[in-house]
Amino acid sequence: MIGELLRGMATTIKHLFKPPVTIAYPEVKRPVRYRFRGRHELKRYDNGLEKCIGCSLCAAACPADAIFVEAAENTDERRFSPGERYASTYEINMIRCIFCGYCEDACPTEAIVLEDNYELSYYDRASTIYTKDMLIVPVPEGGKPTPQKTPPGLYNRPIPDMEDPK
Amino acid sequence: MTPGQIALRALIVGFIVSFAVITGFAYTTLLERKVLARLQHRVGPNRAGYIPIPGRSGERRFLGGFLQPAADAVKLFFKEDFRPSAADPWIYTLAPMLAVIPAILILAVIPWMHGFRLGNLIFEPYFAIAPNVNVGVLFILAITSIGIYGVVLGGWASASKYSVMGGIRASAQMISYELALGLSLLPPIMLAGSMDLGEIVAVQGEWKVPFALLQPIAAVIFYIGALAELQRHPFDLLEAEQELSSGYNVEYGGMRFGMFFMAEYMKMISLSAIFATLYLGGYYGPIPFAEQVPIIGLINITIKIVASLFLMIWIRASWPRFRYDQLMALGWKRLLPLSLANVVLTAAVIILFDEGLLASLF
Repeated sequence: MIGELLRGMATTIKHLFKPPVTIAYPEVKRPVRYRFRGRHELKRYDNGLEKCIGCSLCAAACPADAIFVEAAENTDERRFSPGERYASTYEINMIRCIFCGYCEDACPTEAIVLEDNYELSYYDRASTIYTKDMLIVPVPEGGKPTPQKTPPGLYNRPIPDMEDPK
Repeated sequence: MTPGQIALRALIVGFIVSFAVITGFAYTTLLERKVLARLQHRVGPNRAGYIPIPGRSGERRFLGGFLQPAADAVKLFFKEDFRPSAADPWIYTLAPMLAVIPAILILAVIPWMHGFRLGNLIFEPYFAIAPNVNVGVLFILAITSIGIYGVVLGGWASASKYSVMGGIRASAQMISYELALGLSLLPPIMLAGSMDLGEIVAVQGEWKVPFALLQPIAAVIFYIGALAELQRHPFDLLEAEQELSSGYNVEYGGMRFGMFFMAEYMKMISLSAIFATLYLGGYYGPIPFAEQVPIIGLINITIKIVASLFLMIWIRASWPRFRYDQLMALGWKRLLPLSLANVVLTAAVIILFDEGLLASLF
């Protein structure tokens, strides 16, 4: 019995001489895994048009009822997305969101995507409603900012093609 | 020196040593958290006060967390001071003090260094707050027994059935192991021939051997009894986090709880100091010349106290805890007969050496 007691103590003292496994957050952050579900982002095509067509399938799929979408018509003078409609109001309530990824699965145009950011703390509840301008990604290089003026007849499908429009 | 002068000197020396040991207690809590963390393959608190090492990305901090005890003390002072309405106000306030005061009082008779003279200030033959107490060991036993009052009154004054039961179980545990503790204090007294702690240290210095080598069984029984007296792992059933609903200090908050906490750690330091004095050789330690340069004696005894605290923390990280009936069985059925047998054997060997068959060897 004394032998087992001493063996237990030997096991713990070995750990004293190994470097600890603690990661010194926030100076050092662990990289997230491949399909990590963090903060949402609304993506754009390469020419600057938004991918979101305002169909609100994400709002229908959300189990926590966190997404609010209002759609508006695209015209050729003011075009936001290559489809018939765009999301004029898009809000996600981050306290309700459970980060399940159903909105990402439901989206037909791969507009809403869950990215890596997990540092989402807040000081007051009003700041947890993330609006469209907080969620949309910036315009990529080579693209023009929305609203764009496009030639008529180019984007006349109600639901756009999945490839990047020319 | 007149008795008034002696009392004044004892008072001032007592204040200084008490403040030093209370600072030591604060850093013992930090030592425990950091050593326990390192034994569990993680770092302890390292944010509350550190010296940043430049060049690295903030992963290495020198002296990480050395202000953590100050932060804990400030937090405890700022907590709400409440009292259960059915609790007796006087005893509710008195119980933490009754737990802390004996813990600090034990340090009055421990010899910290060899005697020295500083002009008119004479500390002979050894430096302690109350030197030349003929019955030092008896004083320690008596004061340790008073510490039990704090626990049982703390449990009773909380006016909660579970606290009362916790307090009574804690005091039963402490009383049972005091028997084995007291009996294991006898062999050093028998070997040194006096109950004066300074005399015991002087004999260890004269024979150049710590009593732990001459009396290993008694040293081990003393250490186990000290762990049980402090309600320290593996005997900490009553203060384990999972069991706190029946603890005696569950109804205490803020600095009152801080005082119970302080009582436990101060008793840890005091009992480690007694262990170092009686069994490990006191201030005659690994570093020689403790008589000529008294400050080396202080460093020696500090090294021994820290080693004993490290052993307590190492035990806490390594072993599971006892169930209450196993604990009581160990105290009464095994440690008490073993320490009695050890005392009888020591007495027999001493008589044999002095007058009997083995006297011709020396």
